[in-house]
Amino acid sequence: MSAVMAMNPVAERRPLLKVNKLTKHYGDHIGCEDVSFTVYPGEVIGIVGESGSGKSTLLNVLSAQMPPTSGAVEYDLSAKGLRDIFTLSEPERRKLMRTDWGVVHQNPRDGLRMNVSAGGNVGERLMAIGARHYGELRREGLDWMAKVELDTSRIDDKPKTFSGGMQQRLQIARNLVTRPRLVFMDEPTGGLDVSVQARLLDLLRGLVRELGIAAIIVTHDLAVVRLLADRLMVMRRGHVVEAGLTDQVLDDPHHPYTQLLVSSVLQV
Amino acid sequence: MSAVQEARWDEAYNFAYLDEQTKRMIRRSILKAIAVPGYQVPFGGREMPLAYGWGTGGIQVTASVIGPDDTLKVIDQGADDTTNAVSIRRFFSRVAGVETTEATEEADIIQTRHRIPEAPLREGQVLVYQVPQPEPLRSLEPRETETRKMHGYAEYGLMHVRLYEDIARYGHIATTYSYPVMVNGRYLMSPSPIPKFDNPKMQGNPAIQLFGAGREKRIYAIPPYTSVKSLDFDDHPFEPQTWDESCALCGADNSYLDEVVLDDHGGKMFVCSDTHFCEDRRAKGHRGELGADPAALAFARTADEGEAQ
Amino acid sequence: MYVAVKGGERAILNSHELIAETRRGDTSVPEVSTRQISEQLGLAVDRVMAEGSIYDRDLAALAVKQAQGDLVEAIFLLRAYRTTLPRLAVSEPVDTAQMLVRRRVSAAYKDIPGGQVLGPTYDYTHRLLDFALAAEEGVGEPEAPVGEAPLDAGMPHVADILDYEGLIEPEIPDEDASEPFDLTREPMSFPADRDQRLQNLARGDEGFVLALGYSTQRGFGGTHPFAGEIRMGEVSVEIVPEELGFAIDIGDVVVSECHMINQFEGSAERPPQFTRGYGLSFGHNERKVMAMALVDRALRAREFGEAAVYPAQDEEFVLYHADNVEAAGFVSHLKLPHYVDFQAELGLIRKLRREFEERQQKDAAE
Repeated sequence: MSAVMAMNPVAERRPLLKVNKLTKHYGDHIGCEDVSFTVYPGEVIGIVGESGSGKSTLLNVLSAQMPPTSGAVEYDLSAKGLRDIFTLSEPERRKLMRTDWGVVHQNPRDGLRMNVSAGGNVGERLMAIGARHYGELRREGLDWMAKVELDTSRIDDKPKTFSGGMQQRLQIARNLVTRPRLVFMDEPTGGLDVSVQARLLDLLRGLVRELGIAAIIVTHDLAVVRLLADRLMVMRRGHVVEAGLTDQVLDDPHHPYTQLLVSSVLQV
Repeated sequence: MSAVQEARWDEAYNFAYLDEQTKRMIRRSILKAIAVPGYQVPFGGREMPLAYGWGTGGIQVTASVIGPDDTLKVIDQGADDTTNAVSIRRFFSRVAGVETTEATEEADIIQTRHRIPEAPLREGQVLVYQVPQPEPLRSLEPRETETRKMHGYAEYGLMHVRLYEDIARYGHIATTYSYPVMVNGRYLMSPSPIPKFDNPKMQGNPAIQLFGAGREKRIYAIPPYTSVKSLDFDDHPFEPQTWDESCALCGADNSYLDEVVLDDHGGKMFVCSDTHFCEDRRAKGHRGELGADPAALAFARTADEGEAQ
Repeated sequence: MYVAVKGGERAILNSHELIAETRRGDTSVPEVSTRQISEQLGLAVDRVMAEGSIYDRDLAALAVKQAQGDLVEAIFLLRAYRTTLPRLAVSEPVDTAQMLVRRRVSAAYKDIPGGQVLGPTYDYTHRLLDFALAAEEGVGEPEAPVGEAPLDAGMPHVADILDYEGLIEPEIPDEDASEPFDLTREPMSFPADRDQRLQNLARGDEGFVLALGYSTQRGFGGTHPFAGEIRMGEVSVEIVPEELGFAIDIGDVVVSECHMINQFEGSAERPPQFTRGYGLSFGHNERKVMAMALVDRALRAREFGEAAVYPAQDEEFVLYHADNVEAAGFVSHLKLPHYVDFQAELGLIRKLRREFEERQQKDAAE
């Protein structure tokens, strides 16, 4: 049983994101097909599968980085209710992406400005929505660096002088500074040493729970979803073959592919 | 102009070089630019007989707004006698036959590169800026398709990131010229490479300020009495340059100063960059600390007469 | 005393006199005439007409003379003059299949209807300096033999031969299309359509376009080109005056044309087929039109759903930097005085150094 589900009273369970029959084709190649699911506030969804299973395509469409071939992605715009993100105007969508949403890329270079100091990276989203007090931006920068366990004395250093794990922490801080309600993460621990991965996962779990952020995490690593995700979707060849509560799916997989995946990973 | 009046310009060319259709097209762009202060209007810029980067945008704007009875002043670096100012003034004398002047207050149109005159402008005057790069965001984002969106959606956070970086590194904003401004509370605008010393003069100015970028084919404008605010932070407000020195020739302590190297032992003096302003003050009897020094006077004389070999 | 930053009117006039004297050179050597340039430096004149966007050999020759053979400067002169000319009409598309061919080769087929016509080319000359050209008495009156039979009047394009089999993308004129974009009247806009791109490349600097085309062959852009056809010769130009309502011939121009044929693997919507890159230029400019055709195809990446990752595929990069009048102007403007801005930076550097030294002293004291 998910901790989040237990925490959230039924009255608050209005969907944050509703995905309906989402399909993305590249020519006659299927990226993902007929994917439907719902995300509730504060909930963490894991999407697992091998490379080529369509999980990254799905994440890119969900986060409005590419348009779908068919289907809809509805997001709860608070006052305006659920709206298909692909019917929003471009400025509305861009604003959503830099305030209410966050995207944590696998490669921190894709999500950070490598030639801007750590403090500037953290402050960018705040400045984009009108923050004009240097001192406050500075305080926020220090505060968030501390939250992601980065050495605050390095606030004026550029990310290119940081290690991979530190860059990933900085990318997370840069995204969370506007307190988004939904964060998309693509293999957030990929490419990091195992010991660094474990600490980062711990940190992510703490932050997501503390701030009540909903997240969609794409990974090939079942250990990541075991630790972070409330619910799980298993993808194969563009289709979702199995979905359910993380513990249920991992402990009692029904689909033969999931069984294969679980057995191969759990042996490691 | 009346039919009986003899053409005072080189008749091999239409008045002010451009044909009337082209001038009308440019005037329409100027009107649009004035209607949307700070917005960069694309226009079908033409190739001019002066090189791109040497003021072709300003020349096209001037050519489109100038009439035979107008008086023109051209400055470069604040001075009327710098080579390019002389060259552009000669161009308009030849193709438009207009009166030219060095006196700011006598000019109807002032074409400038890199400075705003020290003397206050008045209603009815037009200040035409030569602009090498109209896009203030270009150094941060090289793509036009993206910067047009950033303007369209007023996404200017990135510009403040640059200023933040300056303060984090130096303790103050280190941009000294081309200092970006917000016009009429809406469009981020490059003031052209004027020193930030001149930025406050743009605010609420009674003159019409027109900006022409020939190579990039953009025109933008600040109508009279428009709000022009230099970007800053609440706790790090915009500050123009100041000098400890005053002008060695005229003693002015409120003008933009050029440094003049006097010898190869570090000897130097500071003089007004606005040559007309400086002459005017000296004519009224103001003297700086080197005002009676023979070397300084020699410099002033050379500068006034525009002698160079 | 150093006052070179100030330049008066007299100095400018003197520099004009000096350039005139330098241009003339040693007066014991006869002055070159524009007619000589037009006839004997014909390829230089062709390039200046192409990038200067005026078909007029006399004006181009004058520009070459006035610019002392500096072709980029000559192109600039011609462009500035062009500004003063009215646009009287838009011509009908020239029909290059009806070209009076002087040269026509295909690398895709051994034999083609109409035949391969080598014509005047340096391709098979050995690049050995020909000292006969430097001899006092000159080269006399060289004459090439006349062919035994006249060439075919109309020569179909090689690309159209493939077209019959549907193996190459069809090139169908859009009858509903409005008047084509005119780069000389309108500012560039993005995304740019093919008419705008081709105009830009046709006017673009030969060296820049050549380097970009070359880059696509070396892997910075994944085209696999074949020189389908290169032809050069005279085509007639027609306009339809409004008051007449039918086309009249207003003269002939020499143009060079290149069709590059490129592989394309196909997508969901399009079958695998050959695609085209196109190059056209005033005068005899084969190097230019071949490079142009390579870059044209590279710039069509978006149209074929190809990832645009290389410089030659990036239309903002290519179109904004191809024009040598713009490029030469902006590079040369660095020669203008910048001392107001330099003064501002000087002040900043002094301030930063002062702060740096204060910090050092403070650190040392601690």
